[in-house]
Amino acid sequence: MAKKILAVLEQREGKLKRSAFEVVSIASKIASELQAETHAVVVGNIVENLNDIGKYGISKITHLKNSELDKYSTTAYSDLISDFAKETDAEYLLLSNTSLGKDLAPHLAARLNAGIIMDIVELNTSSGELTATRPVFAGKALQEIKFKSEKKVLTIRPNVFKPHESENAALPEVEVREVSSPNLKSKVTEYKKSEGKLDVAEADIIVSGGRGLKEPQNFKLIEDLAEVLGAAVGASRAVVDAGWRPHREQVGQTGKTVSPSLYIACGISGAIQHLAGMSSSKYIVAINKDKDAPIFNVADYGIAGDVFEIIPALTEEIRKAKL
Amino acid sequence: MNIAVCVSHVPDTATKIKIASDEKTIDQSGVTYIINPYDEFAVEEALKTKEKTGGEVTVISLGNDNNKETIRKALAMGADKGILLKADSQPDSLALAKALAEEIKSGGYELVFFGKQSVDFDNSITGQLTAAFLDYNCVTVVVDFKLEGNKIIAEREIEGGREVVETELPAVITAQKGLNDPRYASLKGIMAAKKKVIEEKPAALGENYTEIIKLKTPPAKQPGRILGTDSSAVPELVRLLREEAKVI
Repeated sequence: MAKKILAVLEQREGKLKRSAFEVVSIASKIASELQAETHAVVVGNIVENLNDIGKYGISKITHLKNSELDKYSTTAYSDLISDFAKETDAEYLLLSNTSLGKDLAPHLAARLNAGIIMDIVELNTSSGELTATRPVFAGKALQEIKFKSEKKVLTIRPNVFKPHESENAALPEVEVREVSSPNLKSKVTEYKKSEGKLDVAEADIIVSGGRGLKEPQNFKLIEDLAEVLGAAVGASRAVVDAGWRPHREQVGQTGKTVSPSLYIACGISGAIQHLAGMSSSKYIVAINKDKDAPIFNVADYGIAGDVFEIIPALTEEIRKAKL
Repeated sequence: MNIAVCVSHVPDTATKIKIASDEKTIDQSGVTYIINPYDEFAVEEALKTKEKTGGEVTVISLGNDNNKETIRKALAMGADKGILLKADSQPDSLALAKALAEEIKSGGYELVFFGKQSVDFDNSITGQLTAAFLDYNCVTVVVDFKLEGNKIIAEREIEGGREVVETELPAVITAQKGLNDPRYASLKGIMAAKKKVIEEKPAALGENYTEIIKLKTPPAKQPGRILGTDSSAVPELVRLLREEAKVI
């Protein structure tokens, strides 16, 4: 019997997230390499865009539905998905390393007696078995790792594996199962959106500021640049610890590790903990008055000058270019 | 209440990582170890909870004799006693969590705090796995924690906001930065910690479910170009971002 790969998809507010399509794409890719079958599962109430998974190569999805499951519940999601994995005899469970994925994946592994590998940035099946590469020490080193267990749970880092449309796209077969009395021992009762727009962990472009901005109110320059770029605002640990910016914006070893397409570091010298958290970004721009700052060692493009002059000029230039 | 905090002993975040000759571990020369930064928030929350409910805070760590330094740090902050689960090798998270769960079960702890992740292997799963093996409730990445009788109301940080989670004891909570301001150990605390007991016992380690093939350093980034020293370089920067990098 063919091996089975179960893609565990995440919905928020009734829609599959972008990271879910990354999971679908990768599941379908490794399935063809390992001659395995794929199946997707989602837990939620109403989920609008289930058919879209067909575009990325999975043709079967089961929707475990209950009106109380629109918001996340560790206990209910863990029970339902692990039971479904047992029923379909899935060998691999694939999730995204999002807040939900990180919370849920280990509960699934424990319930399924499976090995678990988190935050994968590279997957290799060339030897006929799956090996994974994942950053450790916030990206200062990479670990190549494999499973020794029969069942396997994996999470992939968001934004690393871009979803690509499959050649034989088709409408998937959607099975909706009503779930009765889910286990709500632990339940999300409310979602509080933070006032900031985009989250650094999910953004494709990040504009970050550090001590070089001198005063908390000067972050307005960072926010303006972020706005014209549709980017998230990030911060160095120094300015977070000084109370200028909230912790959720911190990039680096005790903040978030990010890999956006473009990372613009303004007035950040580049402490080792910060570099660890952002140097896997695809393109890095550094603006800093000290031309010897370590940030320039990882930057693709740099301007060694005054942030107060350069950031507004850059904001203006991009605004013009976008017209 | 009988509270436990699980702490790990990790290389200082300022450490420059070099790979050892076995190509599987890090070169230990010149590496300073510290209490995992997120575990300080866990210890603080355990102490704050004890101050309200009474009881005892026990610090548990799995590793070798060097881990005692990290256990002492938590004792100096105010925890009551320590347990070192001795192991010669580094287990994977699953084996680690099983050993911790065993100890927590035999100690009868109702509330267990962890840091949300260790800054060495960055798995962020030990708390959840331990909770699952104990069949305890679990809330991760917690930035606000309230206990009312048996009931827990916690806020966890997620993309773009916070989730309010309600659950009940017994539970595992994993702490995120921002949950509290960890207290400094006072001189008195440090002196007192020297007299507190650290019980040592062998860790009940089972099999690993994963195997490290290799540890390597990421490919070095080629230093890029300095385009100028003032705003006259900005148009060129924007052109490169559009035409060469194609990211805007």
